[in-house]
Amino acid sequence: MNQPATGRDHLAYWRRNLRYVGILLAIWALVSYGAGIVFADALDTVRIPGTGFPLGFWFAQQGAIYVFVVLIFVYVFLMNRLDREFDVDERDEEGAA
Amino acid sequence: MTVLQWTATLVGLSFALYIGIAIWSRAHSTSEFYVAGKGVHPLANGMATAADWMSAASFISMAGIISFLGYDGSVYLMGWTGGYVLLALLLAPYLRKFGAFTVPDFVGERYYSQTARVVAVICAIFVSFTYVAGQMRGVGIVFSRFLEIDITLGVAIGMGIVFFYAVLGGMKGITYTQVAQYCVLIFAYMVPAIFLSMLVTGIPIPQIGLGAADQETGTFLLDRLNGLHQELGFTAYTDGTKSTLDVLAITAALMVGTAGLPHVIIRFYTVPKVRDARISVGWALVFIALLYTAAPAVAVFARTNLLNTVTDQPYAEMPEWFTKWETTGLISYEDHNGDGLIQYVGPDAVDAAGAAVRNELTIDRDIMVLANPEIARLPNWVVGLVAAGGLAAALSTAAGLLLVLSAAISHDLLKRNWRPDISERGELLAARFSAGAAVLVAGYLGINPPGFVAEVVAFAFGLAAASFFPVIILGIFSKRLNREGAIAGMLCGITLTAAYIVYFKFVNPAANVAENWWFGISPEGIGSIGMAVNFAVAIVVSRFTPAPPPEAQRLVERIRLPRGAGEAHEISG
Repeated sequence: MNQPATGRDHLAYWRRNLRYVGILLAIWALVSYGAGIVFADALDTVRIPGTGFPLGFWFAQQGAIYVFVVLIFVYVFLMNRLDREFDVDERDEEGAA
Repeated sequence: MTVLQWTATLVGLSFALYIGIAIWSRAHSTSEFYVAGKGVHPLANGMATAADWMSAASFISMAGIISFLGYDGSVYLMGWTGGYVLLALLLAPYLRKFGAFTVPDFVGERYYSQTARVVAVICAIFVSFTYVAGQMRGVGIVFSRFLEIDITLGVAIGMGIVFFYAVLGGMKGITYTQVAQYCVLIFAYMVPAIFLSMLVTGIPIPQIGLGAADQETGTFLLDRLNGLHQELGFTAYTDGTKSTLDVLAITAALMVGTAGLPHVIIRFYTVPKVRDARISVGWALVFIALLYTAAPAVAVFARTNLLNTVTDQPYAEMPEWFTKWETTGLISYEDHNGDGLIQYVGPDAVDAAGAAVRNELTIDRDIMVLANPEIARLPNWVVGLVAAGGLAAALSTAAGLLLVLSAAISHDLLKRNWRPDISERGELLAARFSAGAAVLVAGYLGINPPGFVAEVVAFAFGLAAASFFPVIILGIFSKRLNREGAIAGMLCGITLTAAYIVYFKFVNPAANVAENWWFGISPEGIGSIGMAVNFAVAIVVSRFTPAPPPEAQRLVERIRLPRGAGEAHEISG
């Protein structure tokens, strides 16, 4: 892992990045546009047990936002791991500029 | 102490804090002025971003709008938070790696074109001025209602404060003031929300209280509100009236618009590293989500309290807050049937005999959050706190916008276009001057607001969605996209969006009904169509024009890798 990265490695790095982004954005669209809007009426027939929340309404006004937060932190974790794996992470002396 | 004394004390203390921070964090270089020397801790940047983003509209208006729209209000909740996922995954890390000072900087460099840069500068200036006028108006309303000061004087005081820390400290001063402002505004929002939740449901967490049973009757709060709505002839609170397609379009336009707003994007230029930029967006959304998940709860508590307070009650016995807001013209009552009682009803209301009932009460949506503590009879200091919080929200956003305006003039136009040989000191001086001038124009717009502030907000998001977002995304994710494509895409996206909004909002407002809209998409949602057009035009035009020069392709390769600059590798394809 210590030899300098090549163009081929960078392409593989970028493809993995695109795959992560694709999967996470699919979840993003599913909870907001899907559960919160398109399927909201269908989900509203179900209630979150023990609460007054119709499920579609909950996704639109609460749930989607919680999922958004989780998605970003998952992305941060995946990318930091990927940066180290491909040896393109920032060294500590960098970034002082 | 009275409400007025509490308000004056809390507002005074918060202002003293902002001034103190401004003196402590003066800017000494253009890098400190534009991007806080790129040395802001990601957590602090997250807080600053949250304050920067959450404006008078989020703090003062949003819960009120949701309280009147019910389910349809979800477009704002999802739209104004979902954009941060796009920022984190698609924009922030790459723009931080690029390492410029402004958004037009990126557009100009990536598309090797001064024309592209100037188009971007014009969009940035338009979007930011639109926004800042609304903030100054918010400042004026809080001052006039709570401190009983004339709106003009209120705006002047607000301008004075912003002038002081924006001109002195630039981005550095603004960042640390925004951290303080976030603390003030979130405290001011959560305290009444927790009080209300305790009062109505006995549960101290508003996000959970929203789904809980009401203490008085033991039924679930949302069921009770739906019942009240049905009785009074409104649509059920948890159902919407907008078409699904329109809800989709508006949500998408707000999400993409959020991710394309220059004052939000530049916040991620201020952290030391690419990985800081990523995590910093996460922190920003955590801090924003705290308020955004409480807002729908506040909306429901406020709606229930309001209906219980006014429905069929004698007008003569209304509490003090009612008369106070009546004098500002934001509540009005007309006794159509002459019975002296207030009938506050929806369009489908009928009485016991089946005859239609007329609505007699008009309430401005913007007052719900501000009036809430008084409607619920919370202690005086809570009322004062809400005023300080509203001011923090408006001032922090105004400052962020002023910086974009100042940088657009002194950096993008002066340094990059007219006078490339200007010295560092000269540019810093120009930046301070343009920040000062922008404050004055913003103040003028706050005192003499164009009658269409609410309309132009749709404009700001629509334009950000239809202009910046696609060209930045394509600039990072496509090496083939060239100058011709980017300029054509931006121009088509902006023209379409602007023409649609101008037609329905200004030229022919009478035609602004669902039957006349394209595919039933309202002017608020047209930004998502503008964005799609921008993407399509940019890609097609690029296919038929020469590929970008090797420097631009190397730039793309460089920003895709987090590690340091200058190590670009040639990759074929």
